[in-house]
Amino acid sequence: MTIIVKDDGFHQDDLSETEFKSLGELFEGVEAPICLHLETDEDPTAIQIYFPWLQMIRIPFQDFTDGTGFSLASRLRQLGYDGRLRASGHVISDQYPQARRSGFDEVAIEESLAARQTEDQWLAKSNWRFGGYQERLLRTPGKGSEIDIN
Amino acid sequence: MYRYSEFDESFVRTRVKEFRGQVERRISGALTEEEFKPLRLKNGLYLQLHAYMLRVAIPYGTLDGRQMRQLAMIAESWDKGYGHFTTRQNIQYNWPRLAEVPDILDALADVSMHAIQTSGNCIRNVTADHFSGASADEIEDPRPTAELLRQWSTDHPEFQYLPRKFKIAVTGSPNDRAVTRAHDIGLRMVPGEAGEVGYEVLVGGGLGRTPMIGKVVREFLPKEDLLPYIEAILRVYNLFGRRDNKYKARIKILVHETGLDELKARIEAEFKARKALFPGVDPELQAKIESSFAPPKFDRQPASAYYKRLVTDAAFRTWSQTNVAPHKVGEYGIVTVSLKPVGGTPGDATADQMRAVAGLAEKFGHDEIRVSHEQNLILPHVRKADIPAVYDGLLAASLATANIGLVSDIIACPGMDYCALATARSIPIAQEIAKRFDELALEKEIGPLKIKISGCINACGHHHVGHIGILGLDRAGVENYQVTLGGDATENAAIGTRAGPGFSAEALMPALERLIDSYLDVRESPDETFIEAFRRLGPAPFTAAMYSDRARRAA
Repeated sequence: MTIIVKDDGFHQDDLSETEFKSLGELFEGVEAPICLHLETDEDPTAIQIYFPWLQMIRIPFQDFTDGTGFSLASRLRQLGYDGRLRASGHVISDQYPQARRSGFDEVAIEESLAARQTEDQWLAKSNWRFGGYQERLLRTPGKGSEIDIN
Repeated sequence: MYRYSEFDESFVRTRVKEFRGQVERRISGALTEEEFKPLRLKNGLYLQLHAYMLRVAIPYGTLDGRQMRQLAMIAESWDKGYGHFTTRQNIQYNWPRLAEVPDILDALADVSMHAIQTSGNCIRNVTADHFSGASADEIEDPRPTAELLRQWSTDHPEFQYLPRKFKIAVTGSPNDRAVTRAHDIGLRMVPGEAGEVGYEVLVGGGLGRTPMIGKVVREFLPKEDLLPYIEAILRVYNLFGRRDNKYKARIKILVHETGLDELKARIEAEFKARKALFPGVDPELQAKIESSFAPPKFDRQPASAYYKRLVTDAAFRTWSQTNVAPHKVGEYGIVTVSLKPVGGTPGDATADQMRAVAGLAEKFGHDEIRVSHEQNLILPHVRKADIPAVYDGLLAASLATANIGLVSDIIACPGMDYCALATARSIPIAQEIAKRFDELALEKEIGPLKIKISGCINACGHHHVGHIGILGLDRAGVENYQVTLGGDATENAAIGTRAGPGFSAEALMPALERLIDSYLDVRESPDETFIEAFRRLGPAPFTAAMYSDRARRAA
């Protein structure tokens, strides 16, 4: 059984009955709303026009050391995708903040991993909004203008 | 110097706490060994031949006396009383115990230091010209750029699990002392059309088993575009870099296999998309970084004491000729402290020596110290009037070896004495070379010459870019040393070419002697350096000399 990790801990998979479509199936034409499985070597620009019909994009992590998915997620967000984004497979709890900050909404893991890395270990990482250097480095629009109000 | 903000401070402390937890979770089994490995690497902890090794970050090689004293304290408390300064402008401790590493990291955090991203498949500690802010030939100090990149790359969520390690170097001078052409990304500060400073961006340089010189991917990048452009390169690399073969995973292979033009097109497309959404760097933060590197207040004290000592003390004169470089302010000099005593281990310093350098920096050097990729220490701002006192202090600490840029100023990797990857010894070879030319009293006569030694094909000793490069291999259980000639680490970067068959450890030194003798024979004048003579004549006369014993035997 797959366990879904969100900021507030473990959840059952609400999409466990849903069939994820491949990119090929998407291009052939399927009924919306669509849950799409996107391989890490597939080009996200190709699906940009389908964004409004996508309920979920799932990106696989075959091995936690392969970080392609983080760039793919960032790229999808940059392209304007605002639906659900799921990292699925071998993602360890230490990577949860990176997954969230790269644009994923949730992580799907196997029971065996959940047994080893228990809910408390994931919850310990749920404060990913604590922020990093990257967010802090950027100019925030309106940051300087607050003083000028009134 | 850059001072930690509250954010830096809390970030580093949180990170130490996190690592402490990761060590505990490894012990409890929550993390497998395989899962723990990249986490410990990201915190600088590497498994070596005999023990763990901790690689401590010294961002762009800049530190102050207080930090150097703390490095000395760590060497004494948790190691064997010394540390090893590396070609990455870092320091490595070779004997820490795993359980104590979090304590060492806490001690580092006490002086605004850390070991984050000094290892593993992520963006490594950013390196820069070790003469930054001091040399006369500089267009602009590269350290604000390096510091910006340090902050940006630290725990960047997208780039923590790259195909392979990723190294960025910055130089602000046309004379490249940062080996920018041998990095994954090299940034050279260059003037634009209107005189504004921007970057020439090089990509895909690297040594290792497939040495490549970086290629220009952008001739002029405006400063404000730096972060979105670097992110574009990293994203293209993270998406398209090879993950099927560790030895083909560096960006240089992607450049090679994709072709520069195609890769450039992908980077530019990604850059365009990123730039459209990039709000720019917070001006307040940018200003804070820049002001951190404002030059110290130089005074104009007359340098007569320095000149007087030059005339009266031959040893001081010799040392000064090799170890003192021109400073942008005439009354100052840049002092290089050699960590290459004849017969010593290149880059090693004892705790006492570290404290001696710290004291001299605090007293005479505006409290600034640099670590060079050539494994020496530098006091970048010393009044000429104080150089005699600095020299005396170095002499007392056995740190006054007068050999910068000469034959015994050798870069060498740790080799088989420490490293699990090594196939041959490198430190003993460096020691033998230094001793031999010292016996011959030929070092000064030979003049500028860069010898670089690696103990395996991963090339940590930069042998590809040595004027004379030495690569130690294992041939059926016997050490075999290949010699390359004509490499260059500067703005004229070149990969050396292999001279011929390798030498046994015993045959290497005589061959090097014949090589150097042949140079002394063929040079047009003592002013013509080894590399100049090599460029003029090509390898033929040099290889003929090296292999002359074999020709005789064959005849």
